[in-house]
Amino acid sequence: MYLAKLYVTHKPSILDPQGEAIKNALHNLKFQNVSSITQGKYFEMKLDNDNKKDAEQIVKDACKELLVNQNMETYHYDIKEV
Amino acid sequence: MNFAVVTFPGSNCDNDLYYAVKDALGENCTMVSSNEDSLDKYNVILIPGGFSFGDYLRSGAIANLAPIMKSIKQAANDGKIIVGICNGFQILTESNLLPGSLIKNNNMQFVSAWEKINVQNNNSVFTNQYQKEESINLPVAHGEGHYYCDQKTLKELKANKQIIFTYKDNPNGSVDDIAGITNKQGNILGMMPHPERAVEKILGSKDGLRLFQSILKSHVRS
Repeated sequence: MYLAKLYVTHKPSILDPQGEAIKNALHNLKFQNVSSITQGKYFEMKLDNDNKKDAEQIVKDACKELLVNQNMETYHYDIKEV
Repeated sequence: MNFAVVTFPGSNCDNDLYYAVKDALGENCTMVSSNEDSLDKYNVILIPGGFSFGDYLRSGAIANLAPIMKSIKQAANDGKIIVGICNGFQILTESNLLPGSLIKNNNMQFVSAWEKINVQNNNSVFTNQYQKEESINLPVAHGEGHYYCDQKTLKELKANKQIIFTYKDNPNGSVDDIAGITNKQGNILGMMPHPERAVEKILGSKDGLRLFQSILKSHVRS
């Protein structure tokens, strides 16, 4: 079995008003050194595969078909055997 | 003429649309559940606003996988008239029936207000009862109505006259003030403003009614 940890964020070219709002709030808390914040989504997927390559393919297909909107989002993932 | 209003779990403008078609326009209208799998009986398919499937994951993303979507895609290919309003617009972009995406409003606020909308193209099946560049009053109510597309798509939208409606005072940060677009073929419209909430004087404006009348007129002509 494999565990994939998937991170989905807006493409850098897309304005991220949530990240901006959070950054401003942190500045109000005196965390002035925070120069940028990106808010995204985090998914954990358990995959019933024996083979890492097959498991990775499922992660990629799931991203393409549902989890990620390719117009505006980008993703990366870590995967390990569990 | 037979209109269908597709209702997803979490749709909340379905009754307004039904009322607009049935009572204000005076045509046949049927509510069709998103669990059904045929739209053969209908000439026009309306996808209402609301929060389909709770807007989980992304607005419209889960709705795109509902059983009815196969028939909607089929109807789109067959050239039937399809209109997605608000959440319906989000469903149409998530299903790639319309280009681009709708993302969070620039100011992070849910905006519920009357907006002045410019009719950019009155030569569509949705707008032939408006004057070119006419300014109309329609309400908007959305948190994720900021229309985004890349420069290449924007160029195509302009070249094909797919930008149908724009905002006079952009309330959400949409590129080029876009409030509504069609697909390249011109049979699918997605828009954030709510024409169904502006179909009689008592509602504050009748400007939305002419959108439905335009569809009717196009149908009679064809």
